[in-house]
Amino acid sequence: MEKKKNFTISVYTENNVGLLHRLSAIFLKRHINIESFSTSESEIKDVFRFIIVVKMTKSGVEKVVKQIEKQVEVIKAFYHTDSETIFQESALYKMKSSSLFEERHIQNVIKDSNARIVTVNPEFFVIEKTGFRDDTEKLYKDLKSYGLLQFTRSGRIAVSKEKMGISEILNTFKNQK
Amino acid sequence: MKKKKISGAEAVIHSLLNEGVDLVWGYPGGAIMPVYDEFYKFQDKLKHILARHEQGAIHAAQGYARSSGKVGVAIATSGPGATNLVTGIADAQIDSTPVVCITGQVPSHLLGSDAFQETDIIGISMPVTKWNYQITKAFEIPEIFAKAFYIAKSGRPGPVLIDITKDAQFELFDYEYSKCKGIRSYNPLPKINNSSIDDAVKLINKAKKPFIVWGQGVILGNAEDEFKSFVEKSGIPAAWTILGVSALPTSHELNVGMVGMHGNYGPNLLTNECDLLVAIGMRFDDRVTGDPKTYANQAKIIHLDIDPAEINKNIKVEVPIIGDCKESLKLITERIEKRSHEKWISKFDDLMKIEFDKVINSDLNPSKKGLTMGESIIAINEQTNGEAIIVTDVGQHQMVACRYANFIHSKSNITSGGLGTMGFALPAAMGAKMGAMNREVVAVIGDGGYQMTIQELGTIFQLQIPVKIVILNNDFLGMVRQWQQLFFDKRYASTEMINPDFVTIAKGYYLDSERVNDRKDLRPAVERMIKSKKPYVLEICVEKEDNVFPMIPSGASVSDVRLS
Repeated sequence: MEKKKNFTISVYTENNVGLLHRLSAIFLKRHINIESFSTSESEIKDVFRFIIVVKMTKSGVEKVVKQIEKQVEVIKAFYHTDSETIFQESALYKMKSSSLFEERHIQNVIKDSNARIVTVNPEFFVIEKTGFRDDTEKLYKDLKSYGLLQFTRSGRIAVSKEKMGISEILNTFKNQK
Repeated sequence: MKKKKISGAEAVIHSLLNEGVDLVWGYPGGAIMPVYDEFYKFQDKLKHILARHEQGAIHAAQGYARSSGKVGVAIATSGPGATNLVTGIADAQIDSTPVVCITGQVPSHLLGSDAFQETDIIGISMPVTKWNYQITKAFEIPEIFAKAFYIAKSGRPGPVLIDITKDAQFELFDYEYSKCKGIRSYNPLPKINNSSIDDAVKLINKAKKPFIVWGQGVILGNAEDEFKSFVEKSGIPAAWTILGVSALPTSHELNVGMVGMHGNYGPNLLTNECDLLVAIGMRFDDRVTGDPKTYANQAKIIHLDIDPAEINKNIKVEVPIIGDCKESLKLITERIEKRSHEKWISKFDDLMKIEFDKVINSDLNPSKKGLTMGESIIAINEQTNGEAIIVTDVGQHQMVACRYANFIHSKSNITSGGLGTMGFALPAAMGAKMGAMNREVVAVIGDGGYQMTIQELGTIFQLQIPVKIVILNNDFLGMVRQWQQLFFDKRYASTEMINPDFVTIAKGYYLDSERVNDRKDLRPAVERMIKSKKPYVLEICVEKEDNVFPMIPSGASVSDVRLS
């Protein structure tokens, strides 16, 4: 049996309503759970980039990426292993302000984790931590016992070590015209 | 083109005319009425045929597309009108049929308000369309229509849906149309890789037991001539999937029959004996491969397909040739040696003899009293001389028709292959006839599927579309019953039907109709039907519990093909 592992799928697309639905349907149809998902405009104007993390076999992810690339409004799709990308996640932790003074240890936890305090007000304060899943997870565990009011983690954002060459694809099209 | 201010609805008509459309199938309703008003005004330029159900309209558009090679167009209103198209859209998607669907939508300010007849047809149709788009401003219409037709017919064809809000249909704007010549994110014609041609030529030249399996890609790529040249020069025996069948005449000496669940004995068995499998414009559907783990493991496989996503999807291949097979087949044929494989082909002949003795003979020359589906198809062959377009649904009648029908010309077998849609054949046949008026169109339908879209007799009657409709009536959902017999100890759960009088129903629509029960009446009745210049319904009452063989049980290997 082929082993499952994390793959980061990067999809460059046109900026159109509904494309998210079209992409998610590809995963739904094959009963694939999406581990993490994020999207934003890419380095090219009007070109969007989706970062989708899935736990799959290599042959499985290959097929899914081909199905994604087949969509008319997808410019190009790639898949990479963790070691082929630079990736990060962000997390926000909302804590009771009183605990900052009552539990002196918290200050050490924050300092040791290289986290950043985003805001402090009389009721609560918010910590931000960017890093690997393990880093944000560790801070979550460390802070949990001090009364975590809210916790949220972003989807993975990633850039590939290899070149993706989207501008080249778009230029080739322009020159053909 | 000179600019003039027109409504969105009128722009829909002009866009269709600019794309060369002269016939659309549809059904009106509230949210599409402005467009229908324009159909009325433009009726001398653009024919609209009123189906009796939106599913009938879309299947007719599919039949039209498949007999004519042009893009079929179906139009419906919002809500239920739109959702009734979905089965046909899914059918067109899986069978790569170019159709453009146009649906009306509630006015844009009501979107998301659960307005009367509002449904999210964009969301619903997204997984089963090649592309879809909601138009909320009239100015988008020309560009979106140009894109829709370009996408539907280019590369691997497929269905496209355009949803137009009612306010966009009323809105006035400056209309200007230019055809779509390309989309930057879409590459319909991947460039053929020369080194894979080299690899393919080497494998073909040294193969001792090569075997071709071709599919509809040959027809969709207009590559029938290139395919024939390739087959003849290579001397390789060639078998077809049900969607590929008419690309090479049935009588061609290298045509060895059909592969798949109810395909011929030899092609299935020898799939697991060949040393080279050349797969052309086919997608290794599970009904073709049986258990993929045991499929052609001993063979090297060359796979020609225009869709990169089909490569290694179901079956791993050694040499993928991605691109237009019209081009790649030519490149390969130029470079291969002229060969013949007589000894290898004689194996197909030997196995065909076994199949004839065990299956075909009793199908076509039955000793029992009841009529068989097989002899009914032969009677149609005799009267049409293989010139007809045969349109089928899904089930036993479909398998028998594909196995025994005689084809001379391409685009002659129109059937619901991938989706297996009951109710496809009757509307698809009227569409096929309108797409090929100079050809005889014979719909062969089971009694189950016939009743799923029987209302289209109304359309056929009103327009006097001269299709010939053959109902192979066994008073059963035959294929399901066959499975119940073989795999569920004959527990015939909900498969037996007490049917209405189909002749009376046809007569209720003022159509000529007759019923045949006895062998002696079969040929004269088929002859009367074919000679008729009008639509005609012929009910042939066949044996109730006949089975279709050969058969590969679901999930079994192609080498486990059974003859009884």
